[in-house]
Amino acid sequence: MSTQSTRFAARLMVAPSVLVLLVWMIVPLGLTIWYSFRIFRLLSPERTGWTYRNYTWFFNAPDFWLALVNTLLLVGGVLIITVILGTLIALLIDQPVHGQGALRILVIAPFFVMPPVAASIWENLFMHPQNGLFAALSRGLGYEPILFLEDYPMASVIGIVSWEWLPFATLILLTALQSLSSEQLEAAEMDGAGALNRFRYIILPHMTRAITVVILIQTIFLLGIFGEIFTTTQGGPGSASTTLPYMIFKQAIVAKDIGRAAAGGIIAVILANLVAIVLMRGIGKNLDA
Amino acid sequence: MARATTPRRKALTTLAAWTVALIIFFPVLWMILTSFKTEASAVAMPPEFLGASWTLENYAEVWQRSDYPRFFWNSVVISVGSTLLGLGLAIPAAWSMAFVPGRRTKDLLMWMLSTKMMPAVAVMIPIYLLFQWLGIYDSKIGLVIALMLMNLPIIIWMLYTYFKEIPSEILEAARMDGANLWNEVLYVLTPMAVPGIASTLLLNVILAWNEAFWTITLTTTKAAPLSAFIASFSAPQGLFYAKLSAASTMAILPILILGWFSQKQLVRGLTFGAVK
Amino acid sequence: MGKIVLKSVRKAFGEVDVIPGLDLTIEDGEFVVFVGPSGCGKSTLLRLIAGLEDLTSGTMHIDAREVTSAPPAQRGLAMVFQSYALYPHMSVRKNIAFPLKMAGASPEEQEKKVTAAAKVLNLTNYLDRRPGQLSGGQRQRVAIGRAIVREPSAFLFDEPLSNLDAALRVTMRQEITELHQSLKTTMIYVTHDQVEAMTMADKIVVLNAGRIEQVGSPMELYHKPANTFVAGFIGSPKMNLIGGALAAAEGADQIGIRPEHLGIVTEGGWEGTVGLSEHLGSDTFLKVTTGQAGVLTVRAPGEVMLRHGDKVRLAPMPGKLHRFGKDGVAL
Repeated sequence: MSTQSTRFAARLMVAPSVLVLLVWMIVPLGLTIWYSFRIFRLLSPERTGWTYRNYTWFFNAPDFWLALVNTLLLVGGVLIITVILGTLIALLIDQPVHGQGALRILVIAPFFVMPPVAASIWENLFMHPQNGLFAALSRGLGYEPILFLEDYPMASVIGIVSWEWLPFATLILLTALQSLSSEQLEAAEMDGAGALNRFRYIILPHMTRAITVVILIQTIFLLGIFGEIFTTTQGGPGSASTTLPYMIFKQAIVAKDIGRAAAGGIIAVILANLVAIVLMRGIGKNLDA
Repeated sequence: MARATTPRRKALTTLAAWTVALIIFFPVLWMILTSFKTEASAVAMPPEFLGASWTLENYAEVWQRSDYPRFFWNSVVISVGSTLLGLGLAIPAAWSMAFVPGRRTKDLLMWMLSTKMMPAVAVMIPIYLLFQWLGIYDSKIGLVIALMLMNLPIIIWMLYTYFKEIPSEILEAARMDGANLWNEVLYVLTPMAVPGIASTLLLNVILAWNEAFWTITLTTTKAAPLSAFIASFSAPQGLFYAKLSAASTMAILPILILGWFSQKQLVRGLTFGAVK
Repeated sequence: MGKIVLKSVRKAFGEVDVIPGLDLTIEDGEFVVFVGPSGCGKSTLLRLIAGLEDLTSGTMHIDAREVTSAPPAQRGLAMVFQSYALYPHMSVRKNIAFPLKMAGASPEEQEKKVTAAAKVLNLTNYLDRRPGQLSGGQRQRVAIGRAIVREPSAFLFDEPLSNLDAALRVTMRQEITELHQSLKTTMIYVTHDQVEAMTMADKIVVLNAGRIEQVGSPMELYHKPANTFVAGFIGSPKMNLIGGALAAAEGADQIGIRPEHLGIVTEGGWEGTVGLSEHLGSDTFLKVTTGQAGVLTVRAPGEVMLRHGDKVRLAPMPGKLHRFGKDGVAL
């Protein structure tokens, strides 16, 4: 509802943002598509000509499907852990407790830790089989230390990333929880709803929108997770914790095959778009007014 | 949702909540503690708590062996610069999407977010080459632009959410009072949205500060921020736990302090329209 | 000066014609009220005049100057919004001074005019407060103050009293009327409340589905409603509309009789049973179910000792019958 001139001004004001994002999307994407059909290996003299083999190499690579599964496992695993734990913690902190402010400061802290630091804390101070705190704990209980990064690499990475993203999920869910009017809960209590039913029928529906936002934003960041794997497992052992981004990285930096890396990049972009479509179809309606 | 409760119940929930909070915080705490131990004490088995030998040596050594102030200053310039530049682009865009919505506004917003879904690794090489070609590789301005583009969709989304809470009648009143578009945004919208803009600023400074892909890929020395500082440290220093912890603490401490001091604004702002 | 002329003004939102086309002239200094049920297009019409919406077609002139596509700021109008739309981050002083600042007035001039407006509106002691610290009535006055200082050629009010409680509404109604009398500036006032329309207006424009049903002074509308819509909308309680044989006897499709024009008689008239009686002290409202005329509302002056179930006879006062044809238009 507005006049022609304000609508014109509105287009003008949104234009710079759209333009730079369009360039930021199209130029790298276009270049990547171009490279993905080129033979371009830095370690060999083959640097000319067109090929589709970069793509077929990926689809035939033994660890490609594993990487794909690992990528989805990482995104899905972290989402499930952060949403469930985040909801529980938000419910807990929302109760009247002593020192709520200080409490929130502690819970929020992991969010301020940059990924390389987070990964190195967990790798060295906790999961290290000789010097880590977990190893000490195992020995103290009379067990052999668990080789987290060797035996359970994916689970370890998921654990680390979940720790990083838990504060974000908790905070958004907590804000949503605090906006729920106590009258609604009291009405439900008068209607004879127990604690579980109140959660199931009042609290959870109220939080749908917040959970949607958490899933959407985290997915965006999680699809590109790279640093944590690079610092901790290096994608190993073998390819056990290699995700699609990490596989691309290996092609680009280790194998120095720009063409293949670019093809992997395009596959990753397609995967991201598929995930985005599934997300928007599935939960996008929760965001509507 | 605060409701009446008995003192006993409050004591119990307090205990539970603090236990959970301490578990979540513990890794950071342990890192900070380790940074003050001697190397021998840091790897001692069983782990030493109160009986550890404490020292400031690690910090002194990290400070001496690396140019911390330069990394720190680069981080400040890059994170604040990219966020301010992003806000400059995003405020008009969010104004337009929130107050003059069209049929395609929601789609536009989703498209903007989808540009973030492109994995950074996937487009690393073209961006790397492009930055070389443009001569902004390993420059602060290059990183400011890259991180601004990374976070712009998030900035626009957050601002859009806040702006939508401002009644459009107030902007129409300004228009009736003779304000042109510029005055409307400058004198009415922006001051009213200060809390929202502040939390957007905070969150995106934090995201930019913690960004560790482009900041490492697109720099060597000159423009390298703290993420590169820590990456360079962990490689050769892998087994020197105390020094690594000291360097890590130095890398995250500025943003940790900023975050803690401004957590009220940050938390209030961290809704992304999740709360209606 | 503030003569506003609308010619074949049409407004469509997409496929929907909100205002299918209307002509209206508002004379300088008039107090005009747009009244009608919600969704009748009265607020849209006001926003068209303000310049907050574009005309789909048609023209608009203010004092012979064509303003059809002029932006709001250049129309010389001031508007008071339903939610007051005060700037929450500015003090009362700055709120009132804002239009002056936008017009580039010097600080001295701003101060002078703000002080004068505050005096008129009894806001002098509140100038340094924020809108959030004011009561509803005070906020309303700040909104009016912000409008006054521009010295506009016309004031636009968009349901300005609907957020106030009943008592305050009466006071503010009188204040706005007095303001009009002292400023003698054109005022256009939108409301869905026909009492506000009747008490404040020089001229009422009754709107329905984007069309003007009737334009006239309050008493014209009351005494000579152009059609059944206006008849039903103006006057409280609503006019009784009777069809069937009684109407046919008067040579009409429907006849209308206002509740205050039904007398309680001892013989003759229509016999009926009292259903509901509301005693206000000054008046008594009765709902009477009659054989011939259906359910009628009666407004009897003073206290009438009739209760649920009592029998009563009603007769229309002579000369107070309204006759309407098949299309609802008055005969």
